[in-house]
Amino acid sequence: MASHAATAHAPASAHAADHHHEENFFTKYLFSQDHKMIGKQFLITGTFMAFVGMMLSIFFRLQLGWPGEKFAILNFFLGDKWAPEGVLDPNMYLALVTIHGTIMVFFLLTAGLSGTFANLLIPLQIGARDMASGFMNMLSYWLFFLSSAIMIGSLFVETGPAAAGWTIYPPLSALEEAMPGSGIGMTLWLVSMTLFVASSLIGGLNYIVTIINLRTKGMTMTRLPLTVWALFVTAILGVLSFPVLFAGVLLLVFDRSFGTSFYLSDINIGGMALEQTGGSPLLYQHLFWFLGHPEVYIILLPALGITSEVIAVNSRKPIFGYRAMVASILAIGFLSFIVWGHHMFVTGMNPFVGAVFTFTTLLIAIPSAVKAFNFISTLFKGNIQFTPAMMFCVGMVSTFISGGLTGIILADNALDINIHDTYFVVAHFHIVMGLSAVLAMFGGVYHWFPKMFGRMMNKKLGYIHFWLTFASGYGVFFPMHFTGLAGMPRRYYQYTDFPMLAEFTDLAQLISAFAILGAIAQFLFAFNFFYSIFRGQKAEQNPWKSNTLEWTTPVEHIHGNWPGPLPTVHRWAYDYSKPGKDVDFVPQTVPLEEGETDEGH
Amino acid sequence: MMLTLLILFVGVLGVLAVVQLIRVFELARKIRGHRDDQVTNRENRFQSRMMMVFLFGYFAFFAWCFWVTKDKLLPESASEHGVGLDWLLNFNFLIITIAFVLTHIALFYFAYRYSGHRGHKAVYMSHDNRLELVWTIIPAAFMAVIIIYGLNAWNDITADAPEDAHQIELYSFQFAWRARYPGQDGILGDANYNLVSSTNDMGVMTPKFLDEKIVELEGDIALETAKLKPEGYPEIDPSSTMGKQYTKEINRLERHKKRIQKLQQLEYQDAGDDIMIADTFHIPVNKPVHFVFRSRDVIHSAYMPHFRAQMNTVPGTPTEFHFKPIVTTEEMREKTGDEEFNYYLYCNKICGSSHYNMKMIIIVEDEASYAEWLAEQTTYNGEPAGELATGFHHLKSTPENEEDKQEATEDEVAQMN
Repeated sequence: MASHAATAHAPASAHAADHHHEENFFTKYLFSQDHKMIGKQFLITGTFMAFVGMMLSIFFRLQLGWPGEKFAILNFFLGDKWAPEGVLDPNMYLALVTIHGTIMVFFLLTAGLSGTFANLLIPLQIGARDMASGFMNMLSYWLFFLSSAIMIGSLFVETGPAAAGWTIYPPLSALEEAMPGSGIGMTLWLVSMTLFVASSLIGGLNYIVTIINLRTKGMTMTRLPLTVWALFVTAILGVLSFPVLFAGVLLLVFDRSFGTSFYLSDINIGGMALEQTGGSPLLYQHLFWFLGHPEVYIILLPALGITSEVIAVNSRKPIFGYRAMVASILAIGFLSFIVWGHHMFVTGMNPFVGAVFTFTTLLIAIPSAVKAFNFISTLFKGNIQFTPAMMFCVGMVSTFISGGLTGIILADNALDINIHDTYFVVAHFHIVMGLSAVLAMFGGVYHWFPKMFGRMMNKKLGYIHFWLTFASGYGVFFPMHFTGLAGMPRRYYQYTDFPMLAEFTDLAQLISAFAILGAIAQFLFAFNFFYSIFRGQKAEQNPWKSNTLEWTTPVEHIHGNWPGPLPTVHRWAYDYSKPGKDVDFVPQTVPLEEGETDEGH
Repeated sequence: MMLTLLILFVGVLGVLAVVQLIRVFELARKIRGHRDDQVTNRENRFQSRMMMVFLFGYFAFFAWCFWVTKDKLLPESASEHGVGLDWLLNFNFLIITIAFVLTHIALFYFAYRYSGHRGHKAVYMSHDNRLELVWTIIPAAFMAVIIIYGLNAWNDITADAPEDAHQIELYSFQFAWRARYPGQDGILGDANYNLVSSTNDMGVMTPKFLDEKIVELEGDIALETAKLKPEGYPEIDPSSTMGKQYTKEINRLERHKKRIQKLQQLEYQDAGDDIMIADTFHIPVNKPVHFVFRSRDVIHSAYMPHFRAQMNTVPGTPTEFHFKPIVTTEEMREKTGDEEFNYYLYCNKICGSSHYNMKMIIIVEDEASYAEWLAEQTTYNGEPAGELATGFHHLKSTPENEEDKQEATEDEVAQMN
């Protein structure tokens, strides 16, 4: 290992003197400022958080499938206080739902997804030696780590973790008297999220600056791979919207601890009339969803970017309609800032405002449809290589369409009245945002694993993992559309207290069974992942025969990425199966032949 | 002890077995020349066929879900606006189901049809402006239709409540609902969160409740003051930690008392003739009902799925929703064939531990039974609501009135058609 580092280091330092420094265990693996290592750190931390989030969901799925049953496993993990004799406590149920949502949305699909692939891919695909600021990049990871540690820590406090739902609407989240989770658990949630916002901002600014300033010679904006475009717009969304969440959270901290009343008014709780009046709980919802909706696209855009890249490479065809894809990323990014009110149709918001939000929300369907059609036509007349990554990305296109279409129903304010906060919503966002992003993230991991670890992941296990994940994903969330249409509210500890809902026990058990199957499949992935890091087949430099710049770097990681001078880019990233070429791919570093056009890129 | 050792031993053996198994697999892979960075023609074929299998499996699962839930979904709308909403929902579902089926067939069929094999080269197609324009315009056109229909429905539903609507207040708190009907004056009396007490769930304002609250607070103040001078013990120093705590509580109670005294000075709508209902509330059929919502502690949501109605209840911000029920509970029992069927009011915004069991039963009945039921209730003042309770003025319609109404409904029907 040491000799590798030494030999690989010599040429790099000859060309980039500023990268010359000795590395020890701490600077290489822990406080690394190398973007590739930071990407891996984000991936592994994010994956760990995902497993925690997944186990929490299995715990509450046991209660939902078999309400009031005793489960030894619940008692084992949650103890006598929260699962006496193995029956889940209703407050703990809400806490599990809350932390599951928080972890999946923020820790896995924001930090885990963007953190991993923005760090790994941005410098490698634009031809830069590292991020604009390696130190800030390191800071971003360690703030995320601290934030994760606090969130995990909050699971162990006596009154339980935050339990007001991942959106933590006040007054429920503001008042200790309202539920045990709104005590110290909520305080830790707020501290954790504050650090998370800081991490996300530092990371995001770094991504933006890097993409704008550090593109190598010839890498014009229209030659950027779609992954980089997606990560670029994602970073902009994050930088513009996370501070608003921070503002909202800060005001909540004031209300909780310093007696202000930004969100509180006319409240009588625990036999006490509160003295804080004049605030509005709806103010919080506006601030939260001003982040919350762009957040959906912060999750989805990198997933779409990864899918574009993987589908093009494995169809051995250019991504269909590159410019339309870029335009729709920009359109989705812009529109995501003016649709937040669709989460608030039944809050008593002025009906006219509701009408405006319906209009803007439904507009998003148009660029989304363009993306879906372009994905599908990329497959058309391709020479599709079904690598595990490709399987996951085809699956992602399916979930993106299935989940996206139900969004049309929910965006319609009149229809939302009756399905707001039902399982229909749970089905919609889990499929379009959760499943899609998770599938694309798996696709990304299988695809860039050789770049990250210099070895291949096991293909067969990958196929099994895909089919189990994909089928159980739909198995869990698809039936929820129907229970939602039957009027089953979300976040119910048990629905058997309503005769109409009690009829769905069979379906709930099926859903829970699929959830458990899906969870087992993820352990298969975890095994494949860690096994392949150490014993996977050694990777070639360009295993997927891809055009982008990351595959021109040596397999062994070196600081500064390219041993010699930085590569020069001569064409766009999607010259696959170009007529007149002997091979079906032409890397971006190959100059245009005489008379060859690059279609204006 | 022996058992633990045995389990440990078996565990270690198990791990060893797995490790050996993995090594066997590794060797076998090497011998067969298996590579993880290339997909063989056979694998491509197999996975592409699996894509088709999945497509049919997915559609079958869709159909199965539809089949097993079709009798369990919400029955036909019990409110007037809900009939239109159901139509709109079905219309939207038709559009998205068509889009869903077509795109999925295309996606999985292409994945199947264009599965790769060695030596084959894909067809180079980078873009097609005309095609892309078409599939931008088609969704845009559908969206326009959906938006227009949707906003029309929305504007109708959120328009001001008709003037002859019955006003009913729904009040939420952890973890129950209360309904309140205006009494003889036909107006809901004022309420204030400072007045909530064990005898006054909704915190309504009547001279009696105001006085009672003052007495209650004075009692509390006396209790707290007594704590400062415990019998048989030395007096607690008000500047000590404990003393400060008691003084703080006394001051809070004093301020609360002052707020009540201020309320007493105000001119307010006496709620004494109002009627408060717990558990089961009634509404008349074919009469618009105008619900106003208040919440005591946190945000709840009044969800009445059978009437396609929902509105959050927000502390400090009154909200409203109105609809006209058109199917009585009895009629719905016949339609659903379920003798025990009831309309429910759910809570549909996470509000704490018993969120899942916060409900009221809604009875829709003809006007006469409704009037009878209301007359039997007791007002805050402790009097029978009697014949003059709200709604009676216009419920007790004369024969001519009845005719007028008949015509009006006919006109409405004509307009709708």
